[in-house]
Amino acid sequence: MKKKLIALMIILAMIMMPMLAACGGGGGSEEPAGGDEGGEAEAAMKVGLITLHDENSTYDKNFIEAFKASCEKEGVEPIIKTNIGEDQACYEAAGELVDEGCSIVFADSFGHEDFMIQAAKEFPDVQFCHATGTKAHTEGLANYHNAFAAIYEGRFLAGVAAGMKLNEMIESGQITADKAKMGYVGAYTYNEVVSGYTSFFLGARYVCPSVTMDVTFTSSWYDETAEKEAANKLMDNGCVLISQHADSFGAPTACEDRGVPDVSYNGSTKAQGPNTYIISSRINWSPYYEYVIESVKNGTAMDPDYTGTIATGSVEILDLNEDVAAEGTQAKLDEVKAGLEDGSIHVFDTSTFTIKGETLGDDFLADVDSDADYTPDTNVVSDGYFHESEMRSAPYFPNADPVDGINLLDVAF
Amino acid sequence: MEKTKKEPLIHITKRREISKKNEWAIRLGSILIALIVCAIITTLTTDLNPISVYASMWRGSFGSERKIWALLKELSILLIISVALAPSFKMKFWNLGGGGQVMAGVLATTTCMILIGDSIPSGALIVISFVAALAAGAFWAFIPAFFKAKWNTNETLFTLMMNYVATQIVAYFIIKWEVPKGSGQIGMINQNTQAGWLPVIAGKQYLLAVIIAIIVTIIMYIYLRYTKHGYELSVVGESHNTAQYVGINVGKVIIRTLIFTGLLCGLTGWLLVAGTDHTMSTSLEGGRGFLGVMVAWLAHFNPIGMILSGLLLVFMSRGAGEISTAFGLNSSFGDILTGVILFFVIGSEFFINYQVHFRKSHRKEAADV
Repeated sequence: MKKKLIALMIILAMIMMPMLAACGGGGGSEEPAGGDEGGEAEAAMKVGLITLHDENSTYDKNFIEAFKASCEKEGVEPIIKTNIGEDQACYEAAGELVDEGCSIVFADSFGHEDFMIQAAKEFPDVQFCHATGTKAHTEGLANYHNAFAAIYEGRFLAGVAAGMKLNEMIESGQITADKAKMGYVGAYTYNEVVSGYTSFFLGARYVCPSVTMDVTFTSSWYDETAEKEAANKLMDNGCVLISQHADSFGAPTACEDRGVPDVSYNGSTKAQGPNTYIISSRINWSPYYEYVIESVKNGTAMDPDYTGTIATGSVEILDLNEDVAAEGTQAKLDEVKAGLEDGSIHVFDTSTFTIKGETLGDDFLADVDSDADYTPDTNVVSDGYFHESEMRSAPYFPNADPVDGINLLDVAF
Repeated sequence: MEKTKKEPLIHITKRREISKKNEWAIRLGSILIALIVCAIITTLTTDLNPISVYASMWRGSFGSERKIWALLKELSILLIISVALAPSFKMKFWNLGGGGQVMAGVLATTTCMILIGDSIPSGALIVISFVAALAAGAFWAFIPAFFKAKWNTNETLFTLMMNYVATQIVAYFIIKWEVPKGSGQIGMINQNTQAGWLPVIAGKQYLLAVIIAIIVTIIMYIYLRYTKHGYELSVVGESHNTAQYVGINVGKVIIRTLIFTGLLCGLTGWLLVAGTDHTMSTSLEGGRGFLGVMVAWLAHFNPIGMILSGLLLVFMSRGAGEISTAFGLNSSFGDILTGVILFFVIGSEFFINYQVHFRKSHRKEAADV
């Protein structure tokens, strides 16, 4: 009996010791108590990020990595909550981040928006910044903001690289000009996706006039099998070059298997497709994070919407694969990029495309203010081009009918 | 001469009786062993101190008032589903369709809030959506019950498939009501008018859900223990033939019990949409229909016991989320710890029901003789 008692005491002591050590401040997880220290040292500002998935999704990874880098650069403490669903969990996570002392809360997924707004109403002293959302300009809350980037310019440039590749294939006799058909794996028939594939297509047509494009939808932002199958279906239908919006490696690996060139998104997929990957475009969120953190530090007010551009470093084209891309691609990209920056080239130049045979006129309205009836409400065409991401940050390119030359395969989603 | 027969090293017998004290000693002991195993896994796979990981898990549930309320909300929702499933399983009707029955309630509530949200007062809307959600949940449970009672179809497959049917119908209506077009989201329903939202009691958003869960649990406890219905369904669970022999209409009991289960699952759907989340998505039910089965089994269908087993599961999932935030660990790590603990907790039931005998050494046996 005595032996048992002693053994028990030893076990207890072993369990208690590290616990006491942790309570004594040894544990790295302990929160510094801001108010109790009598203000002897100014505690670092805390900034929170809510993400839908974790680093296993290319989309969330892009947010998380930029967030960590920006927080380190700005000397603020990051707190990241991953795998937060697009429901009440998002509101709870936002509330917890506020409880932990965050001055800014970011969220990365479209469906987080309403729950962020709910939190923004409850905590007026905290800034809530939501990427890809559409409602900041109509909600009228001083502490709720949307952000996006003019990624259509990046897509346009990626399209130029694709068009160059098609020209090379035509010149080498691999295909005839009328067979220059691209395929695009989309997620939903959502404006963001539509704006993406349309600008990609217009970029390709900028250099290869005979190009056409098939678009298919997977009805999911992340579904590796569906994306792979969608890419295979497009290739079966005669598409000689593939691009995608959805977030997995499904389409790039399908292309590599069959040796069909691929233009990627959100990050380089050169590792998945060394023999087929051409180029990728992505939004770099760091300029936005730093803009918000500095605004809060300096106490300056922010607009409801922020649209990053090539000039701010928010829109990136990256990792051109010289082995696959056509000769002279880099020079052409530099030329077009300069044109986009000085305003001599517009992605949605209304003289370059028609919808159902009609050119968009100055009286064309888009659904910029979200409502349940999708009412077109804002004039978005002037000076000869469609003003994407200017009336609000999130894209609003119309998704009713495609630009002529684009063929939608399945729009049931 | 008697031939000596070799006794097996281990043999297992079913226990006849076990005292409450021993039962709980086995349970708590298994949790303790699970914690030690988890500690070893943590130390081997990360350089973290397991005690600070446990402390962080604790903070995930009880670290602040907001976290405690979130825990209570999760527990309440899970508890109502578990309690709802209890009579089905006690009747040995393998109802895997709790999730689908909840989604039926979710869809009914959402439909009311979207279609008539602007035209009638919020109070009336709450009553209408309540009735609609309960009716929808009951209807979704009635279908497999009717087929079981009438043609003795396999209820396990039937209820399971009904989950997918419900989810697909919900997916259809999300596309119908999505805002903006093409986004696949309906967002918060009536966010600005709050029409059809349940009232906030005493400034606590989730208090109403907690109260409803308590009431439901007590009612189910009484129903199973002290009513004729409760007795009848346990007889049906023991043997259909016995039930028929003593004059119980088996088909009637099956249908009646499943409608009761469905009503409560529909109630959960109503609470999720009108009370807590105010949105509809295909993942809103979140696998609770299956989790509820585990909660109910762990508590041996005792509604009061389900509070404890439900608390354990909710505590683990909240803790898993907290450690991924605090230590930057992938959330799968929390799932591993949860899995280990559940393995031991479920495993402990074996040792409660059965006794393991080891072969005694012969020398000792001889001494005993």
